[in-house]
Amino acid sequence: MKFSIVAIAALAAAWAGTALAQAKDPTIAGIEKYREMLGDDNPAELYEARGEQAWKKKAGPKNVSLENCDLGLGPGVVKGAYAQTPRYFADVDRVMDMETRINWCRMTQQGISEADIRKRPFGSADKPSEIEDLLTYVVTASKGMTMNVPSNHPKERAAYELGQAVFHMRAGPYDFSCATCHGEDNLRIRLQELPNLTKSEDAKRAYIGWPAYRVSTSRVHTMQWRINDCFRQQRLPEPRYMSEAVNALITYMAQTGNGAEYKGPALKR
Amino acid sequence: MADPMKIRAQMKGDVTEVRVLMGHAMETGQRKDAAGKAIPAHFIQSMTVDVGGKRMVDAQIGTSISRNPVFGFKMKGAKAGDKVVVSWVDNKGDKRTDEATVA
Repeated sequence: MKFSIVAIAALAAAWAGTALAQAKDPTIAGIEKYREMLGDDNPAELYEARGEQAWKKKAGPKNVSLENCDLGLGPGVVKGAYAQTPRYFADVDRVMDMETRINWCRMTQQGISEADIRKRPFGSADKPSEIEDLLTYVVTASKGMTMNVPSNHPKERAAYELGQAVFHMRAGPYDFSCATCHGEDNLRIRLQELPNLTKSEDAKRAYIGWPAYRVSTSRVHTMQWRINDCFRQQRLPEPRYMSEAVNALITYMAQTGNGAEYKGPALKR
Repeated sequence: MADPMKIRAQMKGDVTEVRVLMGHAMETGQRKDAAGKAIPAHFIQSMTVDVGGKRMVDAQIGTSISRNPVFGFKMKGAKAGDKVVVSWVDNKGDKRTDEATVA
């Protein structure tokens, strides 16, 4: 008798498991089919084209282009640079993600003031910000490459540690941390799956998903924007754009999800 | 001046797959800005696709189409090297024409 109850319980658990998996499947499959239909036709390409022009155009008070900007692989090398960021840059003695690095070049080489860069980092559908164009151009040049984020330098390891600490730090009116939503398997908000960013498999998928063109907002969003919006969703104070904490969080994710093939800017709902 | 279109035209067996990505605001006229003023309608009104000198698509489209639309279709009878010419005109008279070749 006892045995059969155990068997039924096991059966019930198995059934509940499959039912749950099945209930989730059609939506996920639907989203995947939608992405497949759009295929390579990602409107991020429009950003990329604009970004390439902006990259080569002389601009700023010093009237120079960004073509001599060192993105980590030497001055002017764009191809493959994104796949190796965030990384330690000796000239600034800190770890930067690609977005921060491009902005750094705009400041130091083109002479654009930091205040101007901070004024409007996240654009709108009608008026994209210049960094969104530039970043889309730079990341697209790493399409098809394997993410190879360095972690040998002590500062790169320190950024990972700091990112991990921020990731698990509970704060704000909801007493949330990043890990509240992104530290367990199979969580979701409404129908959106939440990746478990402490796991390499999920972090890989999530990390190569940014920057992304979102159909619902009709624009490209960057990883700095994503982190900023996660802070908003947790009701935390707005993080400072390009700050050490944001860069550390990005570094933590990038190193955790290292090794995936980068497929270019993603397309999201 | 509108952003250039991205056109892909590829032979898949005897079928040609044409896909066009257009950069356009496709404003419906229904939205309001932060000040509460209606944003004027601005959308692509007509679009044509010529493949190998033959008109394949002559479309009238409107505000139900998304921003930065992707338009795709499959056709028979084209061959590699045929020229694909896509043009659109919007309700403000702005227009754009781009070409590609079937690969």
